[in-house]
Amino acid sequence: MKVTIDGQTIEVPEGTTILQAARMIVDNKEYAGDNIAPPTMCYYSKLKTSGGYCRSCLVKVNKGSEKDPRPMPKLVASCRTTVMDGMEVMNTTSPEVIEVRKGVVEFLLINHPLDCPICDQAGECHLQDLSYEHGLAKTRYDFKRRTFNLIDIGPYIKLHMTRCIMCFRCIKVADQLTDNRHQGMLFRGDVSEISTYISKAIDNDFSGNMIDVCPVGALTDRTWRFKSRVWFTKPMDAHRNCTKCAGKAHVWFKGDDILRVTGRKNKWREVEDWICNECRFEKKYVTDWVIEGPTHIDRHSVISANHYENLTSLKLDIAKQQKKLNKK
Amino acid sequence: MGKKLLLEHINVPGIETLEVYRQKGGYASVEKALKTMTPNDVVEEVKKSGLRGRGGAGFPTGMKWSFLFKPEGVERYLVCNADESEPGTFKDRFLMEHIPHSLIEGMITSSFALGAKTSYIYIRGEYFYVARILEKAIDEAYAAGLLGKNILGTDFSHDCYVQVGGGAYICGEETALLESLEGKRGNPRIKPPFPAIAGLYGCPTVVNNVETIATVCPIINMGGEEYAKIGIGRSTGTKLISASGHINKPGVYEIELGLPVEEFIYSEEYCGGIINGNKLKAVVAGGSSVPVLPAHLILKTEKGEPRLMSYESLSEGGFVSGSLIGSGGFIVYDETTSIVKNLYTFARFYHHESCGQCSPCREGTGWMEKILHRIVEGHGKPSDIDLLWDIQRKIEGNTICPLGDAAAWPVAAAIRHFRAEFEEYINHPEKIKDVKHYYSVNAISA
Repeated sequence: MKVTIDGQTIEVPEGTTILQAARMIVDNKEYAGDNIAPPTMCYYSKLKTSGGYCRSCLVKVNKGSEKDPRPMPKLVASCRTTVMDGMEVMNTTSPEVIEVRKGVVEFLLINHPLDCPICDQAGECHLQDLSYEHGLAKTRYDFKRRTFNLIDIGPYIKLHMTRCIMCFRCIKVADQLTDNRHQGMLFRGDVSEISTYISKAIDNDFSGNMIDVCPVGALTDRTWRFKSRVWFTKPMDAHRNCTKCAGKAHVWFKGDDILRVTGRKNKWREVEDWICNECRFEKKYVTDWVIEGPTHIDRHSVISANHYENLTSLKLDIAKQQKKLNKK
Repeated sequence: MGKKLLLEHINVPGIETLEVYRQKGGYASVEKALKTMTPNDVVEEVKKSGLRGRGGAGFPTGMKWSFLFKPEGVERYLVCNADESEPGTFKDRFLMEHIPHSLIEGMITSSFALGAKTSYIYIRGEYFYVARILEKAIDEAYAAGLLGKNILGTDFSHDCYVQVGGGAYICGEETALLESLEGKRGNPRIKPPFPAIAGLYGCPTVVNNVETIATVCPIINMGGEEYAKIGIGRSTGTKLISASGHINKPGVYEIELGLPVEEFIYSEEYCGGIINGNKLKAVVAGGSSVPVLPAHLILKTEKGEPRLMSYESLSEGGFVSGSLIGSGGFIVYDETTSIVKNLYTFARFYHHESCGQCSPCREGTGWMEKILHRIVEGHGKPSDIDLLWDIQRKIEGNTICPLGDAAAWPVAAAIRHFRAEFEEYINHPEKIKDVKHYYSVNAISA
């Protein structure tokens, strides 16, 4: 099946989604700008039935297929739409898509506390990246934002619902990696919240993975909270012999100490292997791990080399704001 | 006097019982279909009739039925959507309450056409007493051998169940309805797959509105071609309209599609004119989610032709100067109505009913409600109107289910046609201070 995204054509197997095809294009080519791949906030390739909720990956299909060349009437969620032979998709080349994405970012941010300065996720937050790349420079929302109390889900995980953008990834982790389903959604609309079954602690060897899949700082590691900023720590590839999981992880050093352990993430910020809670929360000594070497980071995260400097749009925005300030 | 098909015997005492219903020719379509027709014949008749979905979207029913995926050895289901929650719409309740057997009859005939052994009527929680009426009717039908094994001595067996929902508006969306029917939280599913391929319990399913299913009976009785002669153009047959608002005779009316809107509002046979002889200000033609139209556009189209109660005529001019027939919730506003306050009520409703799955609707509906609340309280800012416009534009079409559109359209239409009224609210907040519900724009400008 042939699919063209922003003028780049690729051959993909049947059943591939538009998003996967776009990622394949980026993977196949030498690094030539990765903005062909739409941003994702809720889709996670390792979790079944994820995606379709956040609407940040909406793309325009201006040719349905070879058989039926009509364009699709609405923008489609690229993470849940499978490709047809001869499909033509517009992502960043369509002004409509860019406009709508701006809207989605704005919607995600209106009830987000924007407490990045005290948030542990800052620096590796999907929402930060998304809003830098696709959002507006200023908010138009001037009402009170929704707030929730902090909840401890078990001894290791803190749930900070105020920051949540309702991507449902953690629910899918609880559903698909752990034995019992304890987690779900309470209430509805903009007061809905992620919660556990009657404040029940999530007690399972793989529950810590929901921290890794959380795109924002809503689920954080209680053994790491407020220890340091992400950009002051150095990630290393490391492994250990673990009976429960593959034991391959990133360990984050500050000086000679390991401050936290996370799963190894790939280019798309998705965990390659789930790790168990023992590796994640309890093995914090250098002697526990065999260090392989520094982690290669090639995308996203403020610790990657000058990621935001390539973004001409951001520069323009800043220039505009400076001009405005000068006028005043 | 227009032709009546569904409400013909509405005034017959005891029509809710099987005995009286059969005396008046009830269950004739079941006998005709089961004994003399094949399932495909029934589908063909419905196709010929040009019947379009009465729930709001107006999708041709025959076409929907023919899309049903029919693999061997897999159950198929018919689900009746009786989760009628659109503000301004109460036609299905009326029909189920007074002639419950017309729905049961339609369910049997339609299930026969689709080859469904089991069907469900999903009714909203607030209609609990109607569910009781339907259950009673179903019991009667079982006792008379119209439901259960080997109906009327044929090989066709069918079971019909009533399921009461929790009362969420979103469960009227077909995939949310199926989720709720399965016992889960009523969140809309992401399509594709469509219910015709994988619906209830992963099996092929058809979801139809109450009125649509009930209309199948007269179609089978009189024949599809005969039915197609009623109405106008591609809007065939009759439609139940629930008229409410500032009219002399609110209620449920069965009209022949193609009736002029002016006649519907002003004739004694239908709404009987505006209350107290007031002037007509605007009309919401098909339930709260469709665009509101000011008087000059609802009576005449942009081109100056009289507007008719039909799928095509009401949507003529697109959303710039047209609307939709929707579910038939015809709400009339007289000159004393405040469009802004009315819109705030609608916005509050959609905010309350948003399921919270996808971000534009979850956050956008709440935002719109807050802005409108600020405006009606007299704290609006001049930039608010453009902001509202921008928000609705970013919600519309970008959500999983049509609730986002339903929340965006009324806002868009109100701003498009009544922008001056919003400006009045924002620029002269002191004038609206003590007005509780109704206020007249004319009084303010005087």
